[in-house]
Amino acid sequence: MQRIGVFVCWCGSNIAGTVDVHAVAEALKSEPGVVFSTDYQYMCSQAGQDIIKNAIAEHKLTGIVVCSCSPRMHEATFRKTAAAAGLNPYMVEIANIREQCSWVHKDMAIGTEKAIILGKAAVAKVNLNAPLTPGQTPVTKRALVIGGGIAGIQTALDIADAGFPVDIVEKKPTIGGKMSQLDKTFPTLDCAACILTPKMVDVAQHENIRIFSYSEVTDVKGFVGNFDVTIKKNARYVKEDVCTGCGLCTEKCPMKKVPNEFNLGMDNRRAVYIPFAQAVPKVATIDPNACNMIKNGKCGLCAKVCTVGAIDYTQKDEFIQEKYGAIVVATGFNPISMDKFDEFAYSQSKDVITSLEFERLTNAAGPTAGKLLRPSDGKHPRTIVFVQCVGSRCDAKAEKGKEYCSKICCMYTAKHAMLVRDKYPDTEVYVFYIDVRTPGKNFDEFYRRAVEEYGVHYVKGMVGKVVPEGDVLKVQASDLLSNKQLHIDADLVVLAAAIEPDKSARPLATMLTASMDTNDFFTEAHPKLRPVESPTAGVFLSGACQGPKDIPETVSQAGAAASKVIGLLAKDKLTGNPCIAHSDELMCNGCSACEKVCPYGAITYVDKEFRMPDRTTVIRRVASVNPAVCQGCGACTVACPSGAMDLRGFSSQQIMAEVDAICK
Amino acid sequence: MQVNGYKPLIVAFCCNWCSYAGADLAGNNRLNYPADVKIIRVPCSCRVNPMFVLRAFQRGADGVIICGCHPGDCHYTSGNYYTRRRMALLFSMLDYLGIERERTRVEWVSAAEGAKFAATMNEFTETVAALGENKRLEDLRCKQ
Amino acid sequence: MQTVTREQLINKAVALLADGTVKCVLGWKKGEFDYDVTPAVFETEEEIRADFVWNDFCGANFSKYLVAKTRQFDGKILVFLKPCDTYSFNQLLTEHRFDRDKVYAVGIPCAGMADISKIKEICGDGISSIEADGDYLSVTTIYDDQPIKVEIKEVLAERCLNCKSKKHVAYDELLGEEGDVIDSNRFDEVAQLEAMTPDERFAFWQKELSRCIRCNACRDVCPACTCEKCVFDNPNSGVENKSPANSFEEKMFHIIRAFHVAGRCTDCGECSRVCPQHIPLHLLNRKFIKDINEFYGEYQAGAQEGSRAPVVDYTTEDLEPGEVFDRRDTNA
Repeated sequence: MQRIGVFVCWCGSNIAGTVDVHAVAEALKSEPGVVFSTDYQYMCSQAGQDIIKNAIAEHKLTGIVVCSCSPRMHEATFRKTAAAAGLNPYMVEIANIREQCSWVHKDMAIGTEKAIILGKAAVAKVNLNAPLTPGQTPVTKRALVIGGGIAGIQTALDIADAGFPVDIVEKKPTIGGKMSQLDKTFPTLDCAACILTPKMVDVAQHENIRIFSYSEVTDVKGFVGNFDVTIKKNARYVKEDVCTGCGLCTEKCPMKKVPNEFNLGMDNRRAVYIPFAQAVPKVATIDPNACNMIKNGKCGLCAKVCTVGAIDYTQKDEFIQEKYGAIVVATGFNPISMDKFDEFAYSQSKDVITSLEFERLTNAAGPTAGKLLRPSDGKHPRTIVFVQCVGSRCDAKAEKGKEYCSKICCMYTAKHAMLVRDKYPDTEVYVFYIDVRTPGKNFDEFYRRAVEEYGVHYVKGMVGKVVPEGDVLKVQASDLLSNKQLHIDADLVVLAAAIEPDKSARPLATMLTASMDTNDFFTEAHPKLRPVESPTAGVFLSGACQGPKDIPETVSQAGAAASKVIGLLAKDKLTGNPCIAHSDELMCNGCSACEKVCPYGAITYVDKEFRMPDRTTVIRRVASVNPAVCQGCGACTVACPSGAMDLRGFSSQQIMAEVDAICK
Repeated sequence: MQVNGYKPLIVAFCCNWCSYAGADLAGNNRLNYPADVKIIRVPCSCRVNPMFVLRAFQRGADGVIICGCHPGDCHYTSGNYYTRRRMALLFSMLDYLGIERERTRVEWVSAAEGAKFAATMNEFTETVAALGENKRLEDLRCKQ
Repeated sequence: MQTVTREQLINKAVALLADGTVKCVLGWKKGEFDYDVTPAVFETEEEIRADFVWNDFCGANFSKYLVAKTRQFDGKILVFLKPCDTYSFNQLLTEHRFDRDKVYAVGIPCAGMADISKIKEICGDGISSIEADGDYLSVTTIYDDQPIKVEIKEVLAERCLNCKSKKHVAYDELLGEEGDVIDSNRFDEVAQLEAMTPDERFAFWQKELSRCIRCNACRDVCPACTCEKCVFDNPNSGVENKSPANSFEEKMFHIIRAFHVAGRCTDCGECSRVCPQHIPLHLLNRKFIKDINEFYGEYQAGAQEGSRAPVVDYTTEDLEPGEVFDRRDTNA
């Protein structure tokens, strides 16, 4: 018989607010095997853990049940606590009375009743627990970084500098990401290209880094330390190792009218193109949807002009298999579509643009060579209206936009306004805002300079409507502080569009079995304490894929993710999960059903001699599970007709005990 | 939840990697669903033996739902495909024996689908509550 | 009428024993009456000549006995296999349940076996002897002076009426003529049940299964049930209950049993043959076979040694558990 201790956590008021924790502790006292039961404000705190440790010693506990948050949150914590007190860590069971009880049930009586039942199920299970010892698996000392923006670049450089090989997979023809499209960066106003492109060159030249540009991850199998990844290298119809990036083909290509995505469609590129001068890898790419040669076999000019013979119209998508020990997600963000915000006339006027488009308009390498000209007629705008929070901080009921704050817009708008006033002092600049949020180092000083030194008109209030009339944009807005309606004739309206995770993130999360929140941002293993790790072991998060971030924050998170990866790759062996399948040889029929369903090939058969009840010996074929290969899914346990195959930590008896406790 | 005065008991088997995390996400986002739903964590939906499902019914559960990763997304690559076959056959057999088919369900809920988890549990509980007590599969000896 | 005779089988058995090919013979032995034939192991010519029988009541499928017998005997065992028995034979080989090298399998044609309860319905109780007479059985009872003539095809067992195959799928030697796989109507009864309302189905099974006395005959005879330790005998399995204490017990037992043999059941019909309560147990197994065929493509367990059962296989395009019903509803 076990001696079980029950520890009910209040989690401050998170649990205690809707669950009567004393009643839960009291009710579980009379469960079979329970010799001690208590509750405490924060079981995961040092003081709470000490209560557990002391109780283990004092009451000679053989098993413990912690009624607290999800096991996905603190199971590891409490296992360590148990181990520190000399108890096998697998003698710990968690009753999830927070995420799956107090947070979803508002009524105290109902919440308490359910918490007691969940506690009883955990007690019933722990009564059948047995001490377990984990095995060990080797670590593939190579990291994969998915996304080649500043987040991915920084993570890759940091991992590579620590001496581990890194592969970057970038779906665009070049790395660089959004930062490569920016003009200046706040709050220091140094040029984005000046600080980014040297890093891109570092990546290209680093002996430990390989770049798979124009590529995607199509399949991920395996587990921490041992991922098997399939990378699809899209055909770019240019031999990457031959092309010198001279750019001759991009000048001769007759298909001139392809919208240039790097400049957000504000100018055109050719069918064969290099996104920008500092692209890495600096290799041309043929757009198969635009190229006449690929579409209907007519042209072939680029191949004729290429002096090194790099053009290959017959190139096929290539699939590369590689093993990794760790995967970093750095898939970044995009501005949201302005389709649902027609009040700002984005679709009606070329002179209503997003902030990212504004970046390109002011960028020396942009479509206007850095001169601020209206997209419609190329004139200098005299009055510019910036609209903040377009699609950010929206009411959920509005069914458009995002509920969250996009975080970066206040600062880049201050930057835009300041730069306009600096270069073109004759231009009137208005910024309409809900709040100005500048909580970063030197951020508020920066914003105040925009207002005080550069004379930008900051107006608290939202723009209600933008109506194009002739060559002006009639802006109707309200000034909340003076309670007045404003009518401004603007030449250019700039919308600070909310940002959202890249569309590729969700399918990727699916492949990685990594969790996401309702906005498709990746979820951290812990929002405060493990911000760069995904709950899925071996998957790490870098940059805006986890939430809106500016460059300094992205770079620091990228470094943090790298340090976590380095910590993982520095290990020669990972301690495995002891919750794996095992076969009772006396009951095993040797029928091979388990072997057929095992996804890891962890089951083999051996002939073994058995002494039978009638004192004869027979040689029987029996299953044997390789503990290093088994991952503990349990598929074999159900395939096994005799029930010889069982899963440690989730045994049939344990699960049925839980069922019984719940149904009692 | 009560329908016609009946409060059902729902046993939900959730795989650790997707659906259990999805249930946690429903909690994180404070998305309510009936307390009648009691979750049992299993490593993978393929760990759910038909015997567990029958056991739950035998002990008085009114509905049993098995939640796993979406097909193709199994943490163990193929576990939920076996679940899909096994449960399709088991549920078909229960239906063949005259057990209300609405009492059994397999639903794929990813770790990101907290809202789907809550919505599924709300809808399933309501469906089962409307059927009333599970009289056809329960073992009367197990009722206290 | 059986096309091979008792004498042919005896001669074959005696010859194989004599030349040392086999050490013993698995065959049928007469019980108290002509119709209660029982499986037996023969080790000498004398035993065979005295007790070996082959008649219209030799239903017992010997495949399962090979699991235990091949472990007991050092030499080869001669086993006579009817076509349906060979499917079980193959299935057991697929599951590595016995050593093929220790068996000498002689395939024998089968014209179908008679069901004694059907004969009793016609002739009443008190049957003292039954003699084969062409397509007829000559039944003598203690109440009648004259034997009663019963046409065999009138009293064939259900499984033989719906025979799926007269073709042997495994043997070392074949006696008599080989037959063909038959396009039988064995799923008609299942389909009829499926067409009923859930309430009708529940009533049907309630009526049938409530007769179960948990004697375990169905399990003990089943060639798929060769587990070293059956879950129903294992106190740790959670289903070890032995007594039919309530209406759920036997449902649970039969669902679990049917599920355990799903994909492995060859539909040999032994379970229904031996059930003392005449529960149509084959309707449970056939339901799984029918579903497997409809959901995942035709599959006959045991037709091919080494085949992979659909329950331990999958495709990414399999139908969803919920679609099972949608599909039936649209088909209906």
